[in-house]
Amino acid sequence: MTAPARPILTAEMVARIEALAPRYPNRRALTLPALHIVNAELRHVPLGAVVEIAALLNLAPAEVQDTLSFYEFFHQDQPHGKVRAFVCRSISCALRGGDELLQRVCSSYGIRPYGTTPDGELTIEPAECLGACDFAPCILANDDLLENMTPETAVAELSKPRARAT
Amino acid sequence: MELNEPVLLEAVGVPDGHTLASYRARGGYAPLEQTLAGKQPGDVVEMVKASGLRGRGGAGFPTGLKWTFLPKDHPGPIYLCINADESEPGTFNNRILMEDDPHQVIEGIILSSYATRASTAYIYLRYEYPRSWHRLQGAIDEASAAGYLGRNIRGTGFSLDIHLHRGAAAYICGEETGLIESLEGKRAWPRIKPPFPAIEGLFRKPTVVNNIETMACVAQIARRGVDWFRSIGVPSDPANPRDPGSYGPKLYCLSGHVERPGCYEAALGITARQLIDQYGGGVWKGRRAKAVIPGGISMGLMTESELDTPLDFAGPGKVGCLGLGTAAVVVIDETVSIVDFLHNSCRFFAHESCGQCTPCREGTSWSLRIMERIRAGQGRLVDLDLLLEMGNTMGMMPGSTICGLADGAAWPMKNAIRKFRGEFEDYIRRTNPTGWMVTDPVPALAIVGAH
Ligand SMILES: Cc1cc2nc3c(=O)[nH]c(=O)nc-3n(C[C@H](O)[C@H](O)[C@H](O)COP(=O)(O)O)c2cc1C
Ligand code: SF4
Ligand code: FES
Repeated sequence: MTAPARPILTAEMVARIEALAPRYPNRRALTLPALHIVNAELRHVPLGAVVEIAALLNLAPAEVQDTLSFYEFFHQDQPHGKVRAFVCRSISCALRGGDELLQRVCSSYGIRPYGTTPDGELTIEPAECLGACDFAPCILANDDLLENMTPETAVAELSKPRARAT
Repeated sequence: MELNEPVLLEAVGVPDGHTLASYRARGGYAPLEQTLAGKQPGDVVEMVKASGLRGRGGAGFPTGLKWTFLPKDHPGPIYLCINADESEPGTFNNRILMEDDPHQVIEGIILSSYATRASTAYIYLRYEYPRSWHRLQGAIDEASAAGYLGRNIRGTGFSLDIHLHRGAAAYICGEETGLIESLEGKRAWPRIKPPFPAIEGLFRKPTVVNNIETMACVAQIARRGVDWFRSIGVPSDPANPRDPGSYGPKLYCLSGHVERPGCYEAALGITARQLIDQYGGGVWKGRRAKAVIPGGISMGLMTESELDTPLDFAGPGKVGCLGLGTAAVVVIDETVSIVDFLHNSCRFFAHESCGQCTPCREGTSWSLRIMERIRAGQGRLVDLDLLLEMGNTMGMMPGSTICGLADGAAWPMKNAIRKFRGEFEDYIRRTNPTGWMVTDPVPALAIVGAH
């Protein structure tokens, strides 16, 4: 395999991945941490990055791609928005208006579930139970849990810029 | 039998309750110091066995007994995997423990690692818990600085590292062998057992998988003693020598249509009705409950008349539910259509099936499609029999699948249809007045031949 002319993984990303290596007895276990490190920076993990991660971990690209594609978590073709909002649709939220919340929030922004606003600011995705059923219906927007949302409060919250620490 | 004050939740509402200083002030880490100074690993195993502690992650397996399945005199490494994937709909008690009292969890992990001779513990944490991530990492850092982690802890020769490992939003990573596969960097396909993880687990080494709340219980047993733990809950049934009982405090998550949703600590064996009325402020808006999930959606449904069932390990099974599960109680009021409930449940499992076993992959996805067709006014009474047939044949219990996700998908189908059949039939007759009685197969789509 030839190294891509313009590597996608920065030296800093590689250093962060390598710093975790002593935690595991083999390099394959670094797959998920590496995907998270790349995704946190690029907001997606393009196929080229998969090839580079595989080379770094002495794996076949197909092995990394297999793991990546098992989780619906990592976008591949396009970055998700600067704010990624997971709207819970599982039972405790559904009982308190979760499905309506998802629908109303999407239509307020003129996008469909999994879609991103044209300015690239916000992606809205349905999610299964966020483990915050005491605050149903709820949304996880980057690192922030938005509790007891109504369509109105949700739109107000999601229009704010939001840092991401992890 | 009773629990006078919160124990597992003692830090909730305490200012800076998540810090090492606060945890120590409550008596934390003293049991660990005493254990390391004077007890052997086998003593800790015996303590946990004697306490009767059963795993809090869903299956209720006796914790001490699980530890004894590890091979004796193994050269190592032995791994401890802490299951913080917490994705069962309705469940959030692990989150509260990790956010509000991470040191209680960490002390439990250190004691359990000492007992099992594990030198590395991984906490597999679901992605959606960024706050837990920060709190746990902060606690690990504080515990390391205080000399409770690292090499040759307190001069005993016992060494331990705890690492956080982050998931990527997949329910199946909570199944213990799915968790192991995911941690190894592969797709989270559960493994066929045996071999059980105790013999061949993470990185093919002996491994124990335990839940976060189980770890908190270990810390409290070490602090307050076996007798204290056994004084709470429901003793084993003397008429049944194989009943391990339901000892200790339990964190019940209460959500859905109650006035005060939240995580409440009570003695194992509180009834669903007591929990809803005494802790939750009753069903919301003065309504009646139609149905209640006893322990996460996988456990199925209790009817209103079954609400006096004690929520101990044996209780929900007596009214046809799968078990106590995660003790996540979700209240569904009388205005909710049971058809909508089952649709939501089927959608969850169709989304979360890992796809490895045909009965689960096909059963979950077809049950969702049938529920969608019923909700679209195209239901037939025979669909109910078809759903029951699928529910009866997919899962570990009928023996057709590798893991218990399929049993968890089947139970809401079976309970909802058996306990609320009249409502399903009325719905189908009302919404499909010209076709409800048809029994011919649904016309095959033109594309069927393409397979
Ligand atoms: C589909 C499925 C999902 C599960 N999810 C979890 C989970 O999120 N957390 C958990 O602790 N156990 C979960 N379990 C149970 C684990 O397989 C395992 O029994 C448990 O982590 C053992 O810990 P304990 O003995 O301390 O309860 C799940 C099981 C199945 C079949
Ligand atoms: S039962 Fe379902 S979730 Fe479990 S291994 Fe089989 S396909 Fe996967
Ligand atoms: S059901 Fe929405 S957070 Fe649990």
